Amino acid sequence: MRRNQVAVVGAAETTELGIIPHMSQLQLHADAALNAMADCGLKPSDIDGVATAVETPQQIAHYLGITPSWVDGTSVGGCSFMLHVRHAAAAIEAGLCKTVLITHAESGKSMIGKQPRSTPADSLNGQFEAPFGVYGPPSMFPIPVLRYMKTHGITHEQIAMVAVVQREWAAKNPRATMKKPITVEDVLNSKMIAYPFRILQCCLVTDGGGALILTSAERAKDFPTKPVYILGTGESVETPMVSQMQTFDSSRAFRTAGPTAFREAGIAHKDVDHLMIYDAFAHLPLYGLGDLGFMPHEETGPFIAAGHTRPGGKLPLNTNGGGLSYMHSGMYGMYALQESVRQMRGIAPAQVPGAKISVCHGVGGMFAASGTIIFTNET
Amino acid sequence: MAEPARAKPKPTPETQHFWDGTRAGELRLQRCDDCAHVYFPPRPFCPSCGCRKVSVFKASGKAKLYSYVINHRPAAPGFTPPYAIAVVELDEGPRMMSNILDCPQTPEALELDMKLEVAFEQLDDAITLPQFRPAKG
Repeated sequence: MRRNQVAVVGAAETTELGIIPHMSQLQLHADAALNAMADCGLKPSDIDGVATAVETPQQIAHYLGITPSWVDGTSVGGCSFMLHVRHAAAAIEAGLCKTVLITHAESGKSMIGKQPRSTPADSLNGQFEAPFGVYGPPSMFPIPVLRYMKTHGITHEQIAMVAVVQREWAAKNPRATMKKPITVEDVLNSKMIAYPFRILQCCLVTDGGGALILTSAERAKDFPTKPVYILGTGESVETPMVSQMQTFDSSRAFRTAGPTAFREAGIAHKDVDHLMIYDAFAHLPLYGLGDLGFMPHEETGPFIAAGHTRPGGKLPLNTNGGGLSYMHSGMYGMYALQESVRQMRGIAPAQVPGAKISVCHGVGGMFAASGTIIFTNET
Repeated sequence: MAEPARAKPKPTPETQHFWDGTRAGELRLQRCDDCAHVYFPPRPFCPSCGCRKVSVFKASGKAKLYSYVINHRPAAPGFTPPYAIAVVELDEGPRMMSNILDCPQTPEALELDMKLEVAFEQLDDAITLPQFRPAKG
């Protein structure tokens, strides 16, 4: 895909984040979508492309009164929205549509108008994982981490620092769910969830949503918002079963999506001013730093422990507070994208001064899928 | 309302041989007749080369501990926390999820790369799970 041909012109989250028991999941989608349209001065009749996950494009299009000529229902977990951005950019460049709305929302906490996730007993997961007592992401996502730590010499304290540093970022963000400072000791003494991970190393469970509107870079100039260009993109999937990952000391989906995006963008790691790595659990930023090629995996833990990703550090990471402290509705990728867009617009609560390139990396399922989007505010 | 029951596998035509095997006290894997790749979970073709000619064979049952969590909360129906959810690496190459039987469910007792052997846990007349425990001797 060619660089900077498509831009984000509208971006917004739901008016509220956190616990929203007075709104269904579908209405959370609409709330975010209407906010994103208001952000860039569009009406539903101006939208001709719709992408969403879990809910179907027909559900969203009908509810919002949109007649799309292009849709994408890619639903590969929390990074689905990174894939939607990639697919939408390609579709706009190919002339299949002009203005794409991407929505996410999840009533993850209140469970209003949301189907519980289930695993059929005759699926591969139902036959070869569910019988062994896996029960929700906290019992599955951390399964690889002890092997990662042994292979790469990473310590419990270093992984605890991920949560500590992200809380420092969250403290700067009025919309963050958790803002009180924490220490490594706090993390390592918090309630055990699934050894080696404790509650402060697991994401929040909240309600909310977000939406993006993309159009061609040429049309983007006519919008009231500062255009945020799509510089590079990548995607991949590996396996729905965490037990069947190629190895546990790295993610194949990350290693495919990330470098693809960097090649497409034509940038080096030293060019990156701002980084988002989807942190459903505290080990994910380490996998991301290694698999995206920022450094060898052995250096990821020491890098974070040394404070290089904290406010004022040389590689600002998860500057909204992340899934650990900002919010996590179940499919957090949209909120990582929103933070990258805010940083590129220069309006983030914890703004990285002068940031020109933002890398936004997402995960879906338990390392099952991955999407990477590289944004810039310069052409 | 009845307590939710422990998750139980429901075989498909492609996996029936595996579950027939565990019921007979055998851990059955598949090997590609063409490229010799050994793989899991079951399917009637080789995921490495796409060949449809594959054979079922009885695995050694020897494995080592690849990684795990010790789940505290929330516990799956039918499980008493804390319990380990492990991934074991079979001597033949493939990895599979398992619990670790006959072993304290602690980080001290569960050492990565420790040797394991297959054990069979009967859930009912139709389903026996392949499980692993520390190897004897």
